[in-house]
Amino acid sequence: MADLDQFRAETRAWLEANCPAEMRTPMRSEDDACWGGRNWTFQSDAQRQWLEVMATRGWTVPDWPKEYGGGGLSAAEAKILREEMRSLGCRSPLSSFGISMLGPALLKYGTEEQKKRFLPEIARGEIRWCQGYSEPGAGSDLAGLQTKAEDKGDHWLVNGQKVWTSYADKADWIFCLVRTSTESKHGGISFLLFDMESEGVTTKPILLISGYSPFCETFFDNVRVPKDQVVGEVNKGWDVAKYLLGHEREMISGMGLGGGSSVLGKQVGPIDDPALRAEIAMFDVDALAFTAMSERFIDQLKAGEAHPAMPSMMKYAGTELNKRRHELIMAAGGSEALEWDSDRTRGGKPARDWLRTKANSIEGGTSEIQLGIVAKHILRLPGA
Amino acid sequence: MTLLTDDQKMLQDTARTFLAEEGTIKKQLRHWRDTGCKDGFGHALWKQFAGLGLTGIAIPESAGGLGLGSTEAALVLEEIGRNLTPSPFLTTAVAATRALDGTAQGDKWFPGILAGETVAALAIDEAKRHAPEQTALEAKRSGNGFTLNGAKQFVVHGASADVILVAARTAGSPGERDGITLFAVERGASGLDTENLGLTDHSKAARLTFDNVGVDADAVVGEVDHGWAPLQRALTAGRAGSAAELVGVAAGASDMTVDYLKQRKQFGRLIGEFQVLQHRAAYLYGEIEIARAAAYKAAELIDWADPRAELMTSVAKAKAITSAALAVQEGVQMHGGIGMTDEHDIGFYMKREAVLAQLFGDARYHAARVAELSGY
Repeated sequence: MADLDQFRAETRAWLEANCPAEMRTPMRSEDDACWGGRNWTFQSDAQRQWLEVMATRGWTVPDWPKEYGGGGLSAAEAKILREEMRSLGCRSPLSSFGISMLGPALLKYGTEEQKKRFLPEIARGEIRWCQGYSEPGAGSDLAGLQTKAEDKGDHWLVNGQKVWTSYADKADWIFCLVRTSTESKHGGISFLLFDMESEGVTTKPILLISGYSPFCETFFDNVRVPKDQVVGEVNKGWDVAKYLLGHEREMISGMGLGGGSSVLGKQVGPIDDPALRAEIAMFDVDALAFTAMSERFIDQLKAGEAHPAMPSMMKYAGTELNKRRHELIMAAGGSEALEWDSDRTRGGKPARDWLRTKANSIEGGTSEIQLGIVAKHILRLPGA
Repeated sequence: MTLLTDDQKMLQDTARTFLAEEGTIKKQLRHWRDTGCKDGFGHALWKQFAGLGLTGIAIPESAGGLGLGSTEAALVLEEIGRNLTPSPFLTTAVAATRALDGTAQGDKWFPGILAGETVAALAIDEAKRHAPEQTALEAKRSGNGFTLNGAKQFVVHGASADVILVAARTAGSPGERDGITLFAVERGASGLDTENLGLTDHSKAARLTFDNVGVDADAVVGEVDHGWAPLQRALTAGRAGSAAELVGVAAGASDMTVDYLKQRKQFGRLIGEFQVLQHRAAYLYGEIEIARAAAYKAAELIDWADPRAELMTSVAKAKAITSAALAVQEGVQMHGGIGMTDEHDIGFYMKREAVLAQLFGDARYHAARVAELSGY
């Protein structure tokens, strides 16, 4: 216990000394996040500096082993670091699908060579990853995917199309589910890694109802992938995919979506309408309760006490809450919030963000899929 | 720490085993209702609480109690809620004890509470909706003490209590916190009229009328005109405690309902196979987990004397109410016709939820308080 107290004191002192003031202000939006990667342009020196000091200490991934670029912290120490960062208001130094999704899957299923090759550059934010899962014909029924990888002896030849690939146009590498056998639906899928600069890869951003394009269509036309870039066994990629999906849902639920850092009733400014105030107050009850749940869930997770299907519950609740938050922001904003490109609304930010949230309960498995998982795996309801 | 310690898990096991054996609906709630018990709970069971040390859960170790915190109280209350066990645990061992802590009146009543012989009640509400600041019951200095005039309602176990903590006004006007004084009024005080009422959930609460009830100066809990401090301790403990009990009510109703979905057949299938019910049950599961997390968080902040404790207590109470209300409503609906019968237990959960929701302020009250404490 004394050791942990000392660790807490040292951690706090180090964070106070090393986290730039600008990185201790709340993020205003997703746009403030640091994603890293080959082509990343830092938004400020503070952002660059914060990533560098944290990466040097291994604290972008505090609980990964040191030999892979992590901090080598125990679960208890990592929790203290999270708590101290929360209490000082430190931003996350790096937002990364490599950290939240691929890394855990590599740690569990990767070969030693793969871990040494890929994990440290993820930890340092040097390579930005994207996720090649959904296809035009395989959304909620993900295992129906058709993108094909043929064994050509010394390489895989990949042909097909992915869709809803987040930031594919900005990513350096992709982790991608491909069909390597048609004999079995779930048992014919493999998990491939390859460079987005490979010949035959093209991306096309999808214009969404919000006017933003965070997702792409991604096309593979005779893409050659080296044989040693399969994670796990050939045709057993579904296990890796599911494991990673669990982490994706953890990430989405851990983003504090819906919970948010500030009380909505304060955020929206003066509220004249008592009915709206009451509705916002009920929302804040739910949001603050969900924040407590998020803390508890993360602690349960790190202590190995969380049910494996809990991320589905968290993902469902967090995303539905976030949609409600933005419905209320729009209500509070009245007709002004409808302006689509005025300076007053910073280019229609309230409306565009509101529309953006509608994807929260679709991406990463729809709300309906999540409820089905909870019904089957936690409640053990029949035939689910 | 949002996870339970080993000691807390042990206490939870003890309470869970004890209440699942002795505190069942059949042995307690239904039994006392059907025999027309005037107290609405069994004194023998209260003695058993004492035997396990639980009546002294919040009484300091120096006074012979367990000296435990709000989290531990929440764990016991969750099990009480799950079994709908009628007992004075929430009012006496949690809320009243917190008010009495560190006062001369505490020294007087703690031994009886520890022994499971004393029941304490709280007389706060004066109107049909909870509003403690609105306390108007008048206490005037007279001689060496005070004379009380006015009325209280929704005094849980008021007719069974040996001592009633009464919020009264010694100065100021209704709506102000200053000027409230908390008095410990003993059973059978002259001029005190007690109307013992059965509530919807078959528990008992009293309406009290004070007609020139005289009390000595030493009946004051804490300080004259500054009764808000002990009252606030009781309210916070009561609110956090009722939130935890509601989480138990919700979990009990939900477990019973999910079991039913796995047994009941219609159209040649278990009704739990229908996706429309699966999704509602899954949603309910999440709501209860979130309510539990909020209840534990509130308890933790209270024990740390954290400035956010008040806010989180209101969050916890409001969230526990909405989750439990959903649990009991879905419970009755998914049970179908059998859920409407007195023979089936699910209806008891609906009744208990309704009473616990009102006790120490309902969801709207606490949502408004969240807005107020957050500054909007």
